[in-house]
Amino acid sequence: MIARYRSRSRVARVEELWGFLLISPWVVGFLLFTAGPMLVSLYFSFTEYAFPLKPAWIGLANYVRAFARDELFGMSLWNTLYYVGLAVPLGVCLSLMLALLLDRRISGRAVWRTIYYLPSIVPVVSATFLFLYIFQPDYGLINGWLWKLFEVEGPGWFNSRVWVKPTFILLALWSAGGPTMIILLAGLQNVPGEMYDAAKVDGAGRGRRFRHITLPLLSPTLFFVLITGLIAAFKIFGAVYVSTQGGPFYGSYFYVLHLFTQAFSHWQLGYASALAWILFVIVLVFTLIQFRFSGGWVHYEGETDNRAS
Amino acid sequence: MTAGDAAPARGARGPIQAWDVFTNILTVGLAFVFGFPLFWAVSSALKLPIELNVIPPLWFPPAPRWRNFMEVNDVLPFFRFMGNTAVITVASTVGGVLTASLVAYGFSHFRFRGRQAIFILMLSTLMLPIEVTLIPTYLIFNELRMVDTFWPLFLPDWFGGGPFAIFLFRQFFLSIPRDLSDAAKIDGCHVMRFYRSILVPLSVPVMITLSILFFQGSWNELMRPLIYLTSMTNYTVSVGLMFLRTQILANVAQRGEPTEHLLMAGSVISMMPSLILFFVLQRYFIRGVIMSGIKG
Repeated sequence: MIARYRSRSRVARVEELWGFLLISPWVVGFLLFTAGPMLVSLYFSFTEYAFPLKPAWIGLANYVRAFARDELFGMSLWNTLYYVGLAVPLGVCLSLMLALLLDRRISGRAVWRTIYYLPSIVPVVSATFLFLYIFQPDYGLINGWLWKLFEVEGPGWFNSRVWVKPTFILLALWSAGGPTMIILLAGLQNVPGEMYDAAKVDGAGRGRRFRHITLPLLSPTLFFVLITGLIAAFKIFGAVYVSTQGGPFYGSYFYVLHLFTQAFSHWQLGYASALAWILFVIVLVFTLIQFRFSGGWVHYEGETDNRAS
Repeated sequence: MTAGDAAPARGARGPIQAWDVFTNILTVGLAFVFGFPLFWAVSSALKLPIELNVIPPLWFPPAPRWRNFMEVNDVLPFFRFMGNTAVITVASTVGGVLTASLVAYGFSHFRFRGRQAIFILMLSTLMLPIEVTLIPTYLIFNELRMVDTFWPLFLPDWFGGGPFAIFLFRQFFLSIPRDLSDAAKIDGCHVMRFYRSILVPLSVPVMITLSILFFQGSWNELMRPLIYLTSMTNYTVSVGLMFLRTQILANVAQRGEPTEHLLMAGSVISMMPSLILFFVLQRYFIRGVIMSGIKG
């Protein structure tokens, strides 16, 4: 008895050892590149750290500076909220529309799907340059068409303080046929066809079927793409950095651009760390709010299916 | 929207048909809208400077100028940037896939204390914006004298390849029965043999899917190459393309003729690998996306 117990626990111990050994790369990486840097950056955020000088403790001064004294902080936050608030809902709606279009009996579906998907795999720098060219105010295609078709003088797009944010939103919408659409399409295809048939027999019209069957069953998926879309949109950086650099007149000066400028142009690592932590908290709060409000409208089929939670 | 304006006119034939016509026109119309910028990029990349900004626009240049793609390389060593990016991409993909599969093997086939908690901790790092760890990580690589080398851009991937990669492998490994490996637990030789001769061959589709994701990540990344790579010979495609524009704009000021053909040629070159990969491995692209959709 005892011998058997011992030997089994020896096996269990060997198993445990192997388990730890196998996950050790992640553990080391987590300590080295995630947990360690997180704590260090939290510390930096309470310091004045003008690299390469040494950091000096200044308490909450960086956070006070952000909320009370840094005009660019408020501006970048407003610009980012403007962008996120429009780009994400519009993007999800457009993705849903594309997914609904593809979720029908239609010939050449693979072709349409491929065309919708392609923009999302274009590297962000290339995509931005393409849009810079097409939306060029003087000789770009869009303004040319606006003039030819409607005799309207098109706006300055990337060159206009007012229009630059909508233009970046359009750039984001161009990739609405990418991963988000594919995820929604997969969600749509999980809706059992019999439910539509039953609703049709009951005389439910297209609009009611969409509202009472499609939307509720798709809500966990919609919820997921909203959260991930929101977090991604909040971190917009590349497209702006390679084109307007935040201009004109700070019209496209987004949050991460401010952070990046503070860190790697001004080398204010303390203040930039505070900005990074504020970003982290904002993203976290948004995620939590969405989780909280999802209870009312997100429908999970069955009790056990909590994959999207 | 504009494409659908024709639909109500057909309403006389019955509501169902009108709707189908409307949605079909919308499907095709939107395909034009989404596909058009890519067509315009390729078309512009093959033009002469004088063909660029003419009215009406020239859709198909009569004599496609393939030389533009070479001329890009005269402005900046663009093909070198491609090579650099390829090295970084391969290094991060190999490291990420290899270590993620090992870590996932540990999480899926071995019982150890705190396994569940560690796994949840690992998943929760998905929510962390990289901006939070960016500065200390930069200082680490600065201390290690690795700034302006490729190391900072792929080394972190050698530590498990990130939460999503581990998660994906683990989900897949869980479907491979435990008892296959139970007998193999006693000594290391068997543990690794099970990994090598059963798990790895079975998970080739997962590996391809993840390789695509790593590839896209490395190829499109801008912020970290911007921070870490300081000399031009080390630039990646994204950073290089950005400087190509700066360079070209400077040349415009000197010569005064449009240069969008070069910029578009550079853009087309840098999107080509992704597009080719997409067309060859479309099935895996879609699979990866759907898997990322259920990770929640």
